[in-house]
Amino acid sequence: MQFFIDNFPLLRDAFLTTLSLSLLAGLLALVLGTVLAAMRVSPVLPLRGLATFYVETFRNTPLTVVFFFIIFGLPQIDFVVGFFPGAVLAVGLYTAAFVAEALRSGINAVGPGQAEAARAIGLTFGQSLREVVLPQAFRTVVPPLGNVWIAMVKNTSIAAGFATTELAATLPRLANANAGELTLILLAVVVGYMLITVPSAYGIHRLERRVAILR
Amino acid sequence: MRITRYAAALAAGGVLLTGCSSNAGEQADQAADNTQAVETDASFEAGTTMAELNEAGTITIGTKFDQPGFGLLNPDGVPEGFDASIATLIAGKLGIAPEDITWVETVSANRESAITEGRVDMVVATYTINDARKELIDFAGPYYEAGQDIMVAKGNPLAIEGPDDLAGKNVCSVEGSTPAENIRTSYPEATLTLFDVYSKCADALTNGQVDAVTTDNVILTGLVAGNPTGFELVGNPFTEEPYGIGIAKGDDAFRTFINDTLEDSFEDGSWADAWDATAGAISGTEAPEPPTVDRY
Repeated sequence: MQFFIDNFPLLRDAFLTTLSLSLLAGLLALVLGTVLAAMRVSPVLPLRGLATFYVETFRNTPLTVVFFFIIFGLPQIDFVVGFFPGAVLAVGLYTAAFVAEALRSGINAVGPGQAEAARAIGLTFGQSLREVVLPQAFRTVVPPLGNVWIAMVKNTSIAAGFATTELAATLPRLANANAGELTLILLAVVVGYMLITVPSAYGIHRLERRVAILR
Repeated sequence: MRITRYAAALAAGGVLLTGCSSNAGEQADQAADNTQAVETDASFEAGTTMAELNEAGTITIGTKFDQPGFGLLNPDGVPEGFDASIATLIAGKLGIAPEDITWVETVSANRESAITEGRVDMVVATYTINDARKELIDFAGPYYEAGQDIMVAKGNPLAIEGPDDLAGKNVCSVEGSTPAENIRTSYPEATLTLFDVYSKCADALTNGQVDAVTTDNVILTGLVAGNPTGFELVGNPFTEEPYGIGIAKGDDAFRTFINDTLEDSFEDGSWADAWDATAGAISGTEAPEPPTVDRY
């Protein structure tokens, strides 16, 4: 108990860092991922090609490499990002590829008759996507998006190696200072992550039931 | 057919037996030449760690695999450096040949647990002796006295001469290390940037993302040697980091044995030779005065 009291400020700050990193990166991934998914189904070939290139590049690159590129690679071309914004950027850009793919599967699941009907009443491509297809697509991809979110929360731990003191970064620091309390340290860090992921899983489940389309 | 096979096996056995006896004879001759080995052999009381290791003929040693000059894995998978040399020297006094040593990588955060869980027999890994660690394990030595220093970009554009100049500057170190903790508690006005390995600190310094890198001078020396046109050492150590050899808590006989071995090596020059061949060769420095062994 004394261990938790002594290290509470550090653990709390680290937890808040993980939480804010997750939320900001998640928001970036959701917005960018939606744009990418729309681009991938658009009738404009260059947009489709660009989105496919992006998704394949980020989906097939280890996150550590993305981090390395943003934290150490960009400054080489005189584009310096701070360490925390860099972490948001790395996790967000990487996860956007997965969001786009999940969402694309949802778009494909919307019956072709829906898009045809939208076009028949005179909606443009953008309008039919916004008003007809995407709202239905989002409803079907709540579970896979939930998976992406939970995986992303845990992926933020890579930031520990790139100068962001989030939960995982406290592990070596606390372990070095209190080598006898290794079990407690691990417990504290695991609980920190679960404080984010377990309520998330519950919320995703609720949301899924609420927005599910009965076919 | 079968009979011939038995005969051949018997003959082979006979050859082996004669081979053994002649080997034993040679060994006895060598032992007679090398009186020191016999003496060490005799002094191991039954039941001590030394006797156990000597009988087993093998030892497991934890060291760093990524520390130029102290413990850096060579292409053959064997660590090289001052730590590795000191460890080999001690193993030699136990009658264990270098090729019979099992090397295990111990990083800063898992050294105590490697010892308390019995995964290694000793740890020689730029391991600073301190009281918190002494509660879990025991230290022989020190065998080297390092100090925390600062590395800056070549030419020292921000004129950082010591830790007090770090106030308001962005200084890089490794999460979970003693130097980072020291900056945090003694120089809180400095902004700490923490990576997981020192090579990233060096990259960040190259990019201008941090103003300085701080840790033990021996580690910084290795980094400067890797990029002499980009970095320089301030050369003003402001802490004392005595490096000890970590062993299981309460094994006083083993600790005394290692301390004796270290003192012998200080006197007979093998310690200085080890320095010249490893860390000294990288940093281009003479072997310093050996530290005084602390028999607490």
